[in-house]
Amino acid sequence: MIHGVALLAACFLFGRVLGEYLGIWIGIDANVGGVGFSMVLLIGAVQWMHNHGRLNPQFESGVIFWGNLYIPVIVAMSAVQNVKGALSSGLIAVLAGIIPTALCFLLVPWLSRLIRTSSDEVSPEKEIKP
Amino acid sequence: MNTLTEQMFRDGLMIAVISASLIMALSAWLGVRFTNSKIPGPAIAIFSGLALAYLGGTLTGGSSGIADVGLFSGFALLGGSLLRDFTIVATAMGARFSEMKKAGLPGVLALLLGVVVSFAAGVCLAGLMGYRDPKSLATIGAGACTFIVGPVTGSAIGASSEVIALSIAAGVIKSIGVTIATPWVAKSIGLNSPQSAMIYGGLIGTTSGVAAGLAATDPKLVPYGAITATFYTGLGCLLCPSVLYLILQWMLN
Repeated sequence: MIHGVALLAACFLFGRVLGEYLGIWIGIDANVGGVGFSMVLLIGAVQWMHNHGRLNPQFESGVIFWGNLYIPVIVAMSAVQNVKGALSSGLIAVLAGIIPTALCFLLVPWLSRLIRTSSDEVSPEKEIKP
Repeated sequence: MNTLTEQMFRDGLMIAVISASLIMALSAWLGVRFTNSKIPGPAIAIFSGLALAYLGGTLTGGSSGIADVGLFSGFALLGGSLLRDFTIVATAMGARFSEMKKAGLPGVLALLLGVVVSFAAGVCLAGLMGYRDPKSLATIGAGACTFIVGPVTGSAIGASSEVIALSIAAGVIKSIGVTIATPWVAKSIGLNSPQSAMIYGGLIGTTSGVAAGLAATDPKLVPYGAITATFYTGLGCLLCPSVLYLILQWMLN
């Protein structure tokens, strides 16, 4: 099990380092896509192990345990947001937080349709159910 | 009695874990008992978390929600960025490259559109509310992206600290709003596949809101939304203080 946790930690660290370097490279003092890189590394590593028959339930449980902790962590994260401060800083902050986001929500179905049509062209026999 | 309270303060993380577990159990029960399972348990739990944060802010006047109440200080560690990112990465265990490839170009387009649309809408709103100088407009527009893009942009172009604070608030409200709204609108915007989750993550971008909103909608979609959302803040920090700010300046003159 510890090996699963170790793989997760290794991917996490390496992804973060990549994110830091990308940030420095484009001149931003922030981690750019570190979590994304880590996830891609983890997916790649797990798929490689799967293909080579090195994946066992013990190993997987080391990663799955942390993945399942995700929701309680998000609950705790919600509980430490500055909700009071955000709501009391005025109408403009509330509007600027809500209205542009609502517009983006409306774009989701439109862009999702683009995927459906483009993947239909590649594989017409594979129909994606709506 | 003194030893007991001392012990509890020292083991803040354990208190936080137990409290989070109680909140989740209570929320799951409430969801089944009173909403006929229509509102998922995690959604109620996350909303309860936000309510607790408001309570904490009201009681202490601090800025870190319930973690400012001594007994619950462990929430700051449990809900901090280290554990959040670590557990998000772990959810990738359930994701597949083959699914991600299908999002391809529309995924990238979603990221670009997400930043540009949020910025433009934020700028228009700020303009309607009476802001006229390009620095304030751009900073509030950037705040409509995420609460990191706002201050990064504001300090890069030299906006006033009130406007920067405002942009942070806008970003935080976005993240809270996304958390609450996602499970409600998921069906009507067709948020039901890994591909639509990637599009959604790219368009909305606020990682904590996207991840919490998807967790409340369908936990299987979390890794896909998170993977695009994680690039959004970086892209926003790149575009807002440079290209978008210059375009805005050019349009105003």
